[in-house]
Amino acid sequence: MTTVLERLNTGLAACLETSESVILLGEDVIDPYGGAFKVTRGLSSQFPERVLTTPVSEAGIVGLGVGMALRGLRPVVEIMFGDFLMLAGDQLLNHAAKLRWMSNDQVRVPLVIRAPMGGRRGYGPTHSQSLEKHFLGVPGLRTVALTALGDPAELIKRAVLHDDDPVLFVEHKLLYAARAQEALTDFEVVAAAGPYPAYRLRVRGAPAAVLTFAAYGYTAELARQAVTKLAYEHELFAELIVFTQLSPYMDDALLESVSRTGHLLTVEEGSRQLGWGAEVVARMAEVMGPSLRIARLGAAETPIPAAGTLESATLPQVDDMVQAARDVCRQ
Amino acid sequence: MEQPSNSDLYRQMLRIRRFEETVLEQFPRGDFYGTTHTYIGQEADAVGVLHWLKEGDVVVSNHRCHGHFLEYGGSMHGLAAELMGRSSGICGGRGGSQHLQWRDFYANGILAGTLPLAAGMAMAEQRARTGRIVFAFMGDGTLGEGVVYESLNMASLWKLPVLFVLENNLYAQSTPISLNLAGTITGRFQAFDIPVREAATTDVLEILELAGQAVGDVRHGTGPAALVLQTYRFAPHSKGDDTRDPDEIERYREADPLRVHGARLAQTERESIEADVEREVAQAFETARSDSPADPAALTAALGDPE
Repeated sequence: MTTVLERLNTGLAACLETSESVILLGEDVIDPYGGAFKVTRGLSSQFPERVLTTPVSEAGIVGLGVGMALRGLRPVVEIMFGDFLMLAGDQLLNHAAKLRWMSNDQVRVPLVIRAPMGGRRGYGPTHSQSLEKHFLGVPGLRTVALTALGDPAELIKRAVLHDDDPVLFVEHKLLYAARAQEALTDFEVVAAAGPYPAYRLRVRGAPAAVLTFAAYGYTAELARQAVTKLAYEHELFAELIVFTQLSPYMDDALLESVSRTGHLLTVEEGSRQLGWGAEVVARMAEVMGPSLRIARLGAAETPIPAAGTLESATLPQVDDMVQAARDVCRQ
Repeated sequence: MEQPSNSDLYRQMLRIRRFEETVLEQFPRGDFYGTTHTYIGQEADAVGVLHWLKEGDVVVSNHRCHGHFLEYGGSMHGLAAELMGRSSGICGGRGGSQHLQWRDFYANGILAGTLPLAAGMAMAEQRARTGRIVFAFMGDGTLGEGVVYESLNMASLWKLPVLFVLENNLYAQSTPISLNLAGTITGRFQAFDIPVREAATTDVLEILELAGQAVGDVRHGTGPAALVLQTYRFAPHSKGDDTRDPDEIERYREADPLRVHGARLAQTERESIEADVEREVAQAFETARSDSPADPAALTAALGDPE
């Protein structure tokens, strides 16, 4: 079995191998530690000159990356926990995202910020969040979410080697141990075109879908389980659109699906209010009007607790998705 | 590098002075967008320090960037046009007064946010062994920002070729340094083992010499250096927002860098330079005014398409 983490690690190694301009930096990223989640394990031994451990200075190292990118390098900065991204907020919003456009397109900032996000591991309120919602819709910044679908190595390579703009690359922690490149026997998977494709998943042999799930990251894995349950236990057939590019918003695959099913359920691990799903729903409603039936699932409007029983109650679970799907289709 | 002539130094300082005075004089006409932060009184810093600039060196500047930009070699007309929101502006009118980018010159109005960029650019040059260095301008008010210290730490840790130029004009907007700064300025650099030189002078020749030594250290490759320049601005923080004691401003005017250095020139020479600069400034503003306003049709998307 190959894990998502192994594919990410392989992808980063390939980036370093392919281009002398690629440099990885972050806190505790060198061997023998290899990063808090081990995504960079082995890379500093293989490329000692280009894998750099840094002070605990999130603003400093993101700014350092912006500066390097302005001078022709392709830096990849690891933020140990995505929760710490806010410390680098000014660097992302007022520098990385602005420089190209503000300079009248005279410069480029090919920078990738990798940020492990998400809960379900009991890390508590400041180490479990899905903060990407705060960075969505920022002009000049692309936000991409890791997925177990497709090849994670290719996804990270695209951001590092082929994107000339800053990319916030969101990695849900629970995806690291997930199987990568798994042949899904129950599902037919179609990848949309484009550098950061959306994926459409349908239960093999199922009748026409009456509901579309929209999700990304680890939540998409849970949504896939919900789609299976709905099919086998409730005879409710749904398809699932998994996004990789969250911002700027790209909607072709979803619109195609929703225009057939007429029902949309968005699922995210960030808090629901004013979140990713709100934008997705608004986009679909603008096109489809009042005929569209919608529901949104997300985390409760509280910080994320540490205790397992509490955390489970706070974050959307498979059974919540099944229930919400049945409810929206009963409307 | 050749010692500049006294007349050249005077001309360069006067260009900045007259550009900035013209901006303030003409602001009430409504020709400019937003606001501005003028460099009047601090000209000897930019001129003395950037004399040592070599092709390919990087300059990182802040909200008070016009003087640095002009001394870097930026176009006076392009700067006036940028302030007026013309398509001929340095950044086509997108950036305005405090967001200038041209060649290897980068200015951003976010205090201290530019300093880790300076470190990153220096690291890129260091790794490529180009011998280029980064001049990073900052003010006393910037010292309140935490990312300053992250940047000093990284610059020293990795021996990056950066010269930190701290212009202490004694005020952060309206707040005197006595109300917002503990400890010493030089001590902040010393804490990171960054060699620091200090000049309590407005004499461009003294600044020139001291800056030459600091730049020499950085070019030598031993790591960053710092230059603390005690200065004073004669004009408001931006415009019409001055709460300082007028007598205090008058006292500092006695050490006006143009007066100090101008005394070294014969009157006829000085007048000839003044006439030249007057023509250049008038021409720059006049041309900019007749340029076409920035065209919304020229706006591009904020992101490109990845391959």
